[in-house]
Amino acid sequence: MTECPSAIPFGTLAAEYHAQVGGKCASLGVMSQAGLPVPPGFAVTTKVFVDARDASGLMPRINDLVANVDTTDHTALAAAASQARELVRGWALPEEHEQRVRQMYAELCALCDTDDVPVAVRSSATAEDSPDASFAGEHDTYLWVCGIDDVLDKVRDCWASLFTERAITYRNEMGYDHDGVDMAVAVQKMVRPRAAGVAFTLDPTNGDRSGICIDAAWGFGEGVVSGDVTPDNFLVDKVMWSINRRTISPKTHAHLLTKIEGSDVPRVARVQLPEDQVNAPSVTDEEIIAIAKLARAAEKHYGSPQDIEWAVDDDLPAGQDAVLLQARPETVWSKKHHSVGAKTDAMASIVDTLVNPLYAGKGK
Amino acid sequence: MADRFSSPFEIQTPPGAEGWQELYTYSSLFCEERRDYENGAFWFHDGVHWPEALTPWDTSFLEFAFISLSQYNTRHYVIPPAYGVDFRILNGYVYLSPVPAPPEDIESRVPLFMERAGFYFGNWDRLYDDWLVKIRDLIKEMSELSFQPLPELEDMEVITSGAGKGSGNDLIASYHRLLDLGLTLWQYHFEFLNLGYAAYLDFFGFCKAAFPSIPDLAIAKMVAGVDVDLFRPDDELKKLARLAVSSGINDRFGGDVATTWQQLEADEAGRAWIAEWNKSAEPWFNFSTGSGFYHSDKIWIENVEVPIGYITDYIAKVKEGVDLDRPVAALHAERDRVVSEYRELLDSDEDRAAFDGKLGLSRTVFPYVENHNFYVEHWGHSVLWRKMRDLGKVLEAAGFLTNADDVFMIKRAELGDVLMDLVTGWAVGAPSRGPGYWPAEVERRRGIHKALKEWSPPPALGVPPEVVTEPFTVMLWGITSDSVSAWLSSGDDGADGVLSGFAASPGLVEGPARVIFSADQISEIEDGEILVAPLTAPSWAPVFGKIKATVTDVGGMMSHAAIVCREYGLPAVTGTAFGTKNIKTGQLLRVDGNTGTVTVLE
Repeated sequence: MTECPSAIPFGTLAAEYHAQVGGKCASLGVMSQAGLPVPPGFAVTTKVFVDARDASGLMPRINDLVANVDTTDHTALAAAASQARELVRGWALPEEHEQRVRQMYAELCALCDTDDVPVAVRSSATAEDSPDASFAGEHDTYLWVCGIDDVLDKVRDCWASLFTERAITYRNEMGYDHDGVDMAVAVQKMVRPRAAGVAFTLDPTNGDRSGICIDAAWGFGEGVVSGDVTPDNFLVDKVMWSINRRTISPKTHAHLLTKIEGSDVPRVARVQLPEDQVNAPSVTDEEIIAIAKLARAAEKHYGSPQDIEWAVDDDLPAGQDAVLLQARPETVWSKKHHSVGAKTDAMASIVDTLVNPLYAGKGK
Repeated sequence: MADRFSSPFEIQTPPGAEGWQELYTYSSLFCEERRDYENGAFWFHDGVHWPEALTPWDTSFLEFAFISLSQYNTRHYVIPPAYGVDFRILNGYVYLSPVPAPPEDIESRVPLFMERAGFYFGNWDRLYDDWLVKIRDLIKEMSELSFQPLPELEDMEVITSGAGKGSGNDLIASYHRLLDLGLTLWQYHFEFLNLGYAAYLDFFGFCKAAFPSIPDLAIAKMVAGVDVDLFRPDDELKKLARLAVSSGINDRFGGDVATTWQQLEADEAGRAWIAEWNKSAEPWFNFSTGSGFYHSDKIWIENVEVPIGYITDYIAKVKEGVDLDRPVAALHAERDRVVSEYRELLDSDEDRAAFDGKLGLSRTVFPYVENHNFYVEHWGHSVLWRKMRDLGKVLEAAGFLTNADDVFMIKRAELGDVLMDLVTGWAVGAPSRGPGYWPAEVERRRGIHKALKEWSPPPALGVPPEVVTEPFTVMLWGITSDSVSAWLSSGDDGADGVLSGFAASPGLVEGPARVIFSADQISEIEDGEILVAPLTAPSWAPVFGKIKATVTDVGGMMSHAAIVCREYGLPAVTGTAFGTKNIKTGQLLRVDGNTGTVTVLE
């Protein structure tokens, strides 16, 4: 095995590094490489954590603080945990690692043609080696992080979440060594959708497995999911990739990113749309096909019909801007069988066809 | 929305066409004796095969075709729900009416159909091989018929051989034989076609049941062949274009055809090219520029400027380095992909077994469905029209006609009388009546025919059926319950600038319209235009390299034209009914071949 890099884009994350990037990053890597275009980003590997920890020389102090703390004394525990986290936040990334992370973030900004592109920074636990790391996770997701200095701070914040009170208590009770834990971090672009919605990899009106049914609206997909926006609807054939049905709905409102006074973190709010957007299709034909293709890729990857959430990200270049946000199994039609039940005798079947032609009510 | 179309008895004669009924066989006219039946039936205009007003003799093929189609449904294979398709001529235009079998007879027809059609399906490949021999023999016999001016005196050999009959008898007999062969040509045409469509429709129905939203196009794509005889003439043109370039004689093309030909005959390389041309020409350039149903349709082999013009265009492409070959391997691979992906989406192994069986049968029958058109409408008709022209020349030489083509202004059965008149005069040695009668009569008929050509036939007449169920009506003419109701509601205004038809070939493009009404106007088409025509003929294939999309008035998913449009990867909307009427050349159109809509943008 070659030496593990400091940071690896999801799109090129090889399986041999899964242990060094944690479950969340590994899963994003697998999806990217299966043709499921998740929002782009990169993993900061455990190697960075380990080297930063070792270079800091602070681990003995941290151990002193937490290894023998009385976990039943809440005040003492809270103080120890807080001090340990503060020490972790002070770790400096070794120069070559920091350069690498800076470079990855700069590439992400370049891809999006945006300075200081907003990202989500999340811990990515390496659960196999250190089950306790799974305690990290409740407060270690940071959204709308902008600029490399903030990104590096939030990476350290994720690391620091190894020293929550719960995590310390757990390790002490189980007799695990506080030196033995490590952590990877996922840095992933925040989606700023021009349009978003859901898609089913079958036609929910009749269970037709050859269709991909897409609901789409302007902005974030919240309105489509909650039903407070009437979405455009498209039916795409998943073999021919033709758009067989299109219904453009009046979309008077959309869920859009709105700056909140006095806060760095913007919020999604339901707002009224200008006249020219109301009856305009929220996605182009090219986007419809791209969304259908990512839905189909999810269906093939998971081996069953899927119900997905998607977005067309305004920051990403055309052709790469349709992203998959979530996929879960479709549950209504997938459980039903809808066999055609055609007569197997060819002549009997032909007679049926002639006597009861489907053409009777065929639409154009 | 009206609940019925105009009665055929309400349709007025166009000005100047009074007496038009005399141009057509008495039995093909709407008439008082059958008024109740005719008034209560549904009639639609067949613009797929007969977009223009017919001349008298040309109606022969109408009878040949519908006798044959109908007879196989009704009397041979006993198609359970369908009798034949009845036909009428109104103001020179063809109207058709599918005749259902009496509902109470359907059940008893089923076992007969299973036995008879089952025999054909069970022995298809052998019978089709036989067919290919039969049709070639028939065309050969037709080619060998001879129509010569009557001699001043019979040859001595007629005496010495004891022939016991003369040239007048032979001329009349040859005409009768030509008619017999014409009818037989059409019997052969329908020997397999209805059954081929039935097998295809069975697969089609299965696909629609399994995948309600599957595009018709996808089903066609799974069945359609890649190497189809209908594409052969175009392939031959490309081959000749490449040969002209590789032999270094390509600069001889582009001027007038006579000069080209002279230059080709002048040297070895040119003569070698002509030898290749001759190989291609028989039979592949027996190819009509139209539907093949009009004597006026140009046939490549007789109008060499047409194929030479296409070859000249192809030469330019070869020199630009354009690859003219159809991507046969890619087309095969794409067909396999489409099949395997739909197959995989089926619910069960039982469904997959049924799918395999139906697809297999469809592919067994489809070569006939795709290839018969070349043999019958193109090759067979070309020979028949040529023989008729030879007969016309005989009559022209005898002073009966001003031009050989005037022969088509005479009705099929009348022509028997004309030959009797000719032979009488020749035999008796006294004047025939013809030279004094026919030139003026032909002029009068031409005047009427001209007035008929100006008229626009309404798409349908009579009482629309509740549902259109006759499978061949849907398959060949694109007539569905929906298209009927669209005709009823749209009248002929199309005022909103949107026309709807069949999504015959996918894709979405915008561009300027070029409206053309016949093959003679093909040369007007410019690069990047959208072709709007009553219908497109397979032989227009070379223009598909220029245009962006096609819109037709008539035709369904499987019309001959739709097949070629898909082959050339162009968006097409067929069966819009009013395309050539509502669209003007130069208007900006949006053609959506995915949804079957055409929008006039400006």
